[in-house]
Amino acid sequence: MTSPQTDLTAATAGGAGADDTAEAPAATQAAGAVQAGAGGTWQALRRDVGAMLGLGYIVLVTLVAIFAPVLTSISGWTPYEFDQTAIDPNLGGMPIGPWGGMGAEHWLGVEPGSGRDIFARIVYGARVSMSIALSATLLTTVLGVSLGLLAGYFGGRVDLVVSRVMDFLMAFPALIFMIAVLSALPASNRSTLLVVVISVFGWPYLARVVRGQTMSLAQREFVEAARAAGASGARIVFREILPNLRSTIIVMSTLAVPGFIGTEAGLSFLGVGVVPPAPSWGQMIAASVKWYAVDPAYFLVPGMCLFLLVLAFTVLGDRLRAVVDAQEGR
Amino acid sequence: MTTDPMLLEVRDLTVTFPTPRGPLDAVKSLDLDLEPGGALGIVGESGSGKSMTSLAIMGLQPRAARRTGSVRLRGRELVGMSEADLRRVRGDRVAMVFQDPLSSLNPYYTVGLQIEEAYRAHRPGVTRRAARKIAIAALERVHIRDAAVRVNHYPHQFSGGMRQRVMIAMALSTEPELLIADEPTTALDVTVQAQILDLLQEIRRETGTGLVLITHDLAVVSEITDHIVVMKDGVCVERGAVEQIFTDPRHPYTQALLDAVPRIDDEIGELRAVVPDAATTSPATENTATENGGPA
Repeated sequence: MTSPQTDLTAATAGGAGADDTAEAPAATQAAGAVQAGAGGTWQALRRDVGAMLGLGYIVLVTLVAIFAPVLTSISGWTPYEFDQTAIDPNLGGMPIGPWGGMGAEHWLGVEPGSGRDIFARIVYGARVSMSIALSATLLTTVLGVSLGLLAGYFGGRVDLVVSRVMDFLMAFPALIFMIAVLSALPASNRSTLLVVVISVFGWPYLARVVRGQTMSLAQREFVEAARAAGASGARIVFREILPNLRSTIIVMSTLAVPGFIGTEAGLSFLGVGVVPPAPSWGQMIAASVKWYAVDPAYFLVPGMCLFLLVLAFTVLGDRLRAVVDAQEGR
Repeated sequence: MTTDPMLLEVRDLTVTFPTPRGPLDAVKSLDLDLEPGGALGIVGESGSGKSMTSLAIMGLQPRAARRTGSVRLRGRELVGMSEADLRRVRGDRVAMVFQDPLSSLNPYYTVGLQIEEAYRAHRPGVTRRAARKIAIAALERVHIRDAAVRVNHYPHQFSGGMRQRVMIAMALSTEPELLIADEPTTALDVTVQAQILDLLQEIRRETGTGLVLITHDLAVVSEITDHIVVMKDGVCVERGAVEQIFTDPRHPYTQALLDAVPRIDDEIGELRAVVPDAATTSPATENTATENGGPA
């Protein structure tokens, strides 16, 4: 007493090879299309004008930050030099010349009151902004990914503790706390302190997403299969789950950078960021506020630089997300 | 049976979940026996505890669950074994194949790398190159053409049937004594299903690997197993040789399962469902059926 399916089986048993044959061309075709996942993302991104403009600006700022000493030696002024000849003491230290003293001598004009070269300060300020934002991104990514993986994979009490800490940090009035901490602690190593403080409040946003995705990935059968094949917990987390979070982590981190640049500038603007005379874009904007009516160029230059950098990272992150989403939806 | 120990000997296996309304037995006092090289089918509807049984054999039941009883693999007790020792058994002595072959493969890695990793995890000291050869041989064994090229492909570049072949290749790479296949053909269409069953049968004949096949499809078990255990609500309601179950089902639930299989010589009309009320019987009947069943 057998079912009809059994009969069908007998009829099709001879066709075992047919599956292979039918599949061969499709497989070859697919091989070309998705041979390397990372390569595909880059190909798609390269066709995107916005993403490429953003990336171009980011690369430009990065190069400027790296070669700051070279650039200032070409322009001839360091960020700490006072040029008394470029300002008019009779007008309260207003820069001489139109547009805040822009010209062949001082490419982006000079600071009113002191006569320091704005180009040099922007170039060195890029170092501060980029290094703080990138270090903070790195630290938040490490913290967010590891704690998110931990909470998502192990669940239970670990998840409870990590999740409550995340809730607490996200509900906390972070800016006020940052201002308080940064003004209370000695200003000897402000940059490191800034990175640490920004990261402590920044990681939950990534960890929350990583935790959720880990939870859903941990339910997937390939994790079950890995466990059935004798894989240990650490192996499953790092070899099976983590690689599948790659695109999420890249997108989230790229989108976090502009936030950190803004935070650093904001804290410097509020006077608790980078310590003067070290230049920073936020600090320059803060200083320019007093002069905005008489010397708008002084405000405009660092303002534009900051605005474009934040915009560039945001657009790049957004387009990257669109590309990755489209690929994963495949 | 000679003095040779049973390949798999499960006694009084119980998996209990704590629920707000008290403990719930997903598997209750289950006994299973499998001779070396034998094939056992576990049949039952969704929620009958058949998948939980397979996970419990491997010690992979959910953390919340409690497992009691005895699971012996060639006389070696697996219940109460340390996690580290269990990991050495899993994937090496006992391998598993799951229902959905796409989600059972990690989309991030090529199939070759996944087979190599699974193999190397149990054979420390094997070089990448040697493992690669094993992976290619494993793919050839499950009749994947151009295995040397296909090892470098990603899971999404394979069709459903081919992916299940990859899973089987991976499971067999360490030459396990026991292969547990949990609904291996459910996600596949009927023709591919037949090919996979043929493959399992062929491998069992050639390598002498014992097979536990879990399915809700009676046609599938009739195909390749010698003995059947019918489960319902975590309890074995009937057991016996394939022919006996199919020709002379003792338990009303088995009869209901058999009746629910649509047949080609049936009149066109409604499909018969396994009606819970008709199939549910008192525990006394269940026991009788279990005891009356042939030796498994």
